[in-house]
Amino acid sequence: MKHDHNTSSPETVAKSSSRRGFMGVAAAGMAGILLAPGVRLIEIAQAAPTAGSASAGASSKVRWGMLIDSDKCASGCTDCVTACNTENGLSGGTLPTDSQWIRKIEIKEIRTGKTQSLPMMCQHCAEPPCVDVCPTGASFKRADGIVLVDKHICIGCRYCVMACPYKARSFVHEPVHNQKTDVPRGMGTVEGCTMCVHKVDKGEMPACVTACSDAGHGAILFGDLNNPESEIAKRVASYPSRQIREDLHLNTGVRYSGI
Amino acid sequence: MSRRTWLSFVRLWQALLLGVFLAVCLPAAAQTTVVPSGTSQGLGPLVTKARGGQCVDDPVFMRRNHMALLKHQRDDTMHGGVRNGKYSLKACVACHASEASQSVSAEAGDFCQSCHTYAAVKIDCFGCHASKPPAAGAQAALAQPQVKP
Amino acid sequence: MKKDKAMKYVLRPLKDTPQGFYLLLGGLSVLLALGLGAVWHMEHNGHIVTGMNNQIVWGLPHVFAVFLVVAASGALNVASMASVFGKTEFKPLAPLSGVLAIALLVGGLMVLMLDLGRPDRLIVAMTHFNFKSIFALNIFLYSGFVGFVVAYLWTMMEHRMNRFTPLAGLFAFLWRMALTTGTGSIFGFLVARQAYDSALLAPLFIAISLSYGLAVFIWVLMLASQGSARPLGDGLMARLARLQVIFIAAGFYFVLVYHLTNMYFTKHHDFERFILLDGGIYTAMFWLGQIVLGTLLPLVLLLAPGIGAMRRRIAASAGLVILGGFAQMYVTIIGGQAFGLVLFPGYQVSSSFFDGVTASYHPSLPELLLGLGGVAVVGLIVMLALKVMGFLPERLDDAALDMAPVQATPAAA
Repeated sequence: MKHDHNTSSPETVAKSSSRRGFMGVAAAGMAGILLAPGVRLIEIAQAAPTAGSASAGASSKVRWGMLIDSDKCASGCTDCVTACNTENGLSGGTLPTDSQWIRKIEIKEIRTGKTQSLPMMCQHCAEPPCVDVCPTGASFKRADGIVLVDKHICIGCRYCVMACPYKARSFVHEPVHNQKTDVPRGMGTVEGCTMCVHKVDKGEMPACVTACSDAGHGAILFGDLNNPESEIAKRVASYPSRQIREDLHLNTGVRYSGI
Repeated sequence: MSRRTWLSFVRLWQALLLGVFLAVCLPAAAQTTVVPSGTSQGLGPLVTKARGGQCVDDPVFMRRNHMALLKHQRDDTMHGGVRNGKYSLKACVACHASEASQSVSAEAGDFCQSCHTYAAVKIDCFGCHASKPPAAGAQAALAQPQVKP
Repeated sequence: MKKDKAMKYVLRPLKDTPQGFYLLLGGLSVLLALGLGAVWHMEHNGHIVTGMNNQIVWGLPHVFAVFLVVAASGALNVASMASVFGKTEFKPLAPLSGVLAIALLVGGLMVLMLDLGRPDRLIVAMTHFNFKSIFALNIFLYSGFVGFVVAYLWTMMEHRMNRFTPLAGLFAFLWRMALTTGTGSIFGFLVARQAYDSALLAPLFIAISLSYGLAVFIWVLMLASQGSARPLGDGLMARLARLQVIFIAAGFYFVLVYHLTNMYFTKHHDFERFILLDGGIYTAMFWLGQIVLGTLLPLVLLLAPGIGAMRRRIAASAGLVILGGFAQMYVTIIGGQAFGLVLFPGYQVSSSFFDGVTASYHPSLPELLLGLGGVAVVGLIVMLALKVMGFLPERLDDAALDMAPVQATPAAA
């Protein structure tokens, strides 16, 4: 009798085919388990609405800017700072670790002794170095020129704080409580002046501008630099004004006159 | 020790461990979150009812998809400046804040916190976002959430 | 052929390690645990528990991290010399060089990532990229470096792949140049600050990477040789000493050009005065740490004849270069921030946000523990690698490495 080199008996052949069958079913099941969430997600993605409702968003036709008249700014007055702190839920503290979105700077020319006072905040540059260096793209420039931090993707690396020529950004060193509804801010992310974007989007003006004009100083003018009929555009076209650190060619949205 | 003795020893340990495990887990699972209103619903989370009439969408749909909706909405708001979208977080908080704590995540029984504690998913939102609706005076300025007809 | 002769070496894992090996391993583990504890403390309480503030946002952890990353690139140099520059006598040391490079990079990266304000968002960092940012590019450069060096190590240790070693070595070398340029450019691309707006920072970092990397390599090699009773030859040590001299000099050249150029620019005079004269701790660190201890003293030790045993001098120089490297990173990173921004040249400035004043910074314990935790990771990776796999040649003496015997000098011990 010839030796049957195939040593599989009928039982083993049957067992191995049922094993193969089991593997096939198991593989199909695994594939199903793996793919099903994807199918579900496609369903969700197609079902979820893409845009919000009909409120107009930011548009590149507009470029928001400010003109600060240092001659109208009194040394020692901090109305704009107080208003910003209240509006945005900042502590107002001045420890080295406290966030300051706007600050009053007193300058004195060394040679002549002439003193000036002016508020300094994020300059909302058209070519922001902070946007260039952010690894995740959290620091971004909106279509209408306002430079913001998307705190959902900010990882808190503080590179933008290193890069900003104006020291506009602060890092949040402690847990934050009782945030303002319209101004989310949290520990471990970087923040800075938002030009009160939550108010600008409603057609209002930043808190610092309102406070300064309500108090009668009128040192800060806010408006659309792209609209030749706006007060600010007419003013910068008629009177000298400058950007701080203009040699960096950042094309800031905040301009100063009187310095 | 013989193999049979060893095996019965092992079996004894397995039984003991299983017993301890069940003794710890079952009572814990049977516990319900303590909330001011409502009765226990067994092992699921207890969710405080919202103060508004009807949610912007079907509850089952919202339960499944609220993260994706919020994520889309946040990009529209941040980058596009769209602030009164249907799925605005501000509107969610205003509607769902509990009466007792005035918040959606401060207490264990609050709207967001109850399900999230049950599902053991940490909420990241309220590290930055306010979990309480704005003060009463500002309530009027809030955009009304759109309700599905 | 001489080339073939040099290739006959056997890599062996460490065996019969003395008790000191396990003591060191244990000590490094404790250090790592302390570092992770510090991270937990920082993450739960915020950076308020550190000495960093809104004026000095990058502190001691970044000093450690940048040093480790820069040394990582330089540590690969011994392997690059063997595979890319034809110095085949260094081939037996190439695996150690590769694993040390990986270990240093991993340690540095770990410190960097754990110091983030939101380290839980690492996935975000790896899925959202702004490719104009050198940080984003560095993410690819760093991970690519690990990949390329792993491939390079594989070609060295898998006999069938040995013929690909020069190609793998070339890729690793080029990638390493890009990586260190990227690290230097983290600072060099910052136009805002007086300390950093200079294209010179990229080549400066390349030069100091060679110096720091070789110093760390020398220390690890000497430690490994002691721990495994595989004595090092004088010829090899003399070669490494000569390389160290060249690299220290190269680093010093770039520092010299950087400062001389700054002293030509009137607009940088205040900054130069700050670093060189009246910057307090930064001036002390610059002159004493970076120049005397980090540059002059090692050069004297390595070049002057007849000062004690050569072996001890080489070890001491390497240690001093490492110390000087930390001082240099401290002056560069923290001193650069402490000087502050100049918004109104020619004006005296004051504000509630510390404009116009030198920022103050006091390193805190959590920062130090985090930095040391990174160093511990480096040690653990290297020690475990040496113990488990063959990264060190069986014999390290000159005859085995086919190293030219050292000339008879009065200094040779």
